[in-house]
Amino acid sequence: MREVAVLGIGQVPVAEHWERTLVDLAGEAALLAMQDAGVERIDSLLVANMLAGTGDGLQLNLGAQIADWCGLRGVEACKVEAACGSGGAAFRAGLLSVGSGLVDCVAVVGVEKMSQALGRVTTAGLATAADADYEAAHGPSFVALNALIMRRYMHEYGWQHEDFAPFSLNAHANAARNPYARLQFEVSEAAYRSARMICDPINLLDSSPIGDGAAAVVLVPAERLGDNGGHRRVVVAGSGAATDSLAIHDRHQALCLAAAETSARVAYAQAGISPADIDFFELHDAFSIMAALSLEACGLAEAGRGPRLGLDGDIRPEGRLPVATHGGLKARGHPVGATGVYQIVEVVRQLRGEAGDNQLRRARVGMAQNIGGSGATILTHILRTK
Amino acid sequence: MEVSRHWRLRQQRYALVGEVCPHCDAKIFPPRDICPDCGQDAKTLYQFSGRGEVFSYTTVHDAPAGYEENAPYTVALVKLEEGPMLTAQLTDLGEQPVEIGMPVEMVTRRLREDGERGMLVYGYKFRPRLTAA
Repeated sequence: MREVAVLGIGQVPVAEHWERTLVDLAGEAALLAMQDAGVERIDSLLVANMLAGTGDGLQLNLGAQIADWCGLRGVEACKVEAACGSGGAAFRAGLLSVGSGLVDCVAVVGVEKMSQALGRVTTAGLATAADADYEAAHGPSFVALNALIMRRYMHEYGWQHEDFAPFSLNAHANAARNPYARLQFEVSEAAYRSARMICDPINLLDSSPIGDGAAAVVLVPAERLGDNGGHRRVVVAGSGAATDSLAIHDRHQALCLAAAETSARVAYAQAGISPADIDFFELHDAFSIMAALSLEACGLAEAGRGPRLGLDGDIRPEGRLPVATHGGLKARGHPVGATGVYQIVEVVRQLRGEAGDNQLRRARVGMAQNIGGSGATILTHILRTK
Repeated sequence: MEVSRHWRLRQQRYALVGEVCPHCDAKIFPPRDICPDCGQDAKTLYQFSGRGEVFSYTTVHDAPAGYEENAPYTVALVKLEEGPMLTAQLTDLGEQPVEIGMPVEMVTRRLREDGERGMLVYGYKFRPRLTAA
């Protein structure tokens, strides 16, 4: 497979965009990415989205609709869906398309429109990431499924709830400097401790906020990069995708993200690096427990020791392994189907040295991990400067 | 609501009928026809005892559409005596606090209803195991 580069990036702020449609948001992100890349035509458009086919506003066939809106009528286009992992899955599909040599320029746009549905409808929509007959039919919300994992994790490894606070505090501190973030404010440890309980032991400040958003990238073969319009050049060094059972109760180990472990191992091998070579990690902190499990599965912490990296300050921008450098899902926001593409955009901003007030001192190898469901579909990508 | 979707699961919802693997003897619930342990065909039906213990639990306050009437309610991962785990609500708790490891047993209860004139969906929930007086 030929080497693939990220030529352009674009994003709109995660927010409640009452006045804007899904297509409008997706179109803006895609056109921003194409403008950043300096291209007027693409060969293929891949759309990442989870919820447009649920709830009241049913709309499928997003590929054609968004392509037309962008002035790209006639171009190949379709949607890629893997619940909250849709963005990572669409990015990988774009990578394989360009890498195969069949197409030369692909735009991947992740988009989600969540502010217009009633809360209980969104809650039911998010529960479609779980097993409909054997999980969702029994009434757990998606938060509840994560709470089941977190309670058992605390029970087995002896952590207290406040030990997870650093994941939330770090994410908010970074989001406060990101103009694209949904929650641009810091939170205190006291606020974390006293936040409203959602599904015990998960409280409001363990949980990522939903939102409307869209992010996009343009992928080309690395040999087409040229001087990349003056930006530092970024290539995809490794890509792994793996699955686990849809339902938590079917897993061999409920507290291990097996698909994260497999996909990370594949990505490390492709990139020819070990976990210690990762400079920063955009992880899937939909809930703080997921941050801990991701770190462990990716070989960045021992099993059951994930919260230690937070407590020791390793995950902060000046630490050994910065995570959620733009706020993560927790505070940048989690427009579910778009999230995986936001993560890639944020990795590219760091690698280019264009992350503004969030710029890390050392950013040469970055990793993004996107999770669909409670651990069923996991995509891991490693990008680096060239 | 899709009637046949719930009807075809009646053996599982009302009687915890799963499968047993004829090759490695693993007990399987929900039934899936291929043994998750050894990967071979496993279509022999097997009725579970309905006894198990709480592996983890939480309380749902903000219920998904269709479940609001019962909120707040407790959802648990229940580890069955025969090995497999399942997701179910706990019921008949009274004042009893839920704990990891608590022995529970299956009962049949209403899972959801689809409005006043809609279908009622019944299925398994789990209650604290009754002990002889």
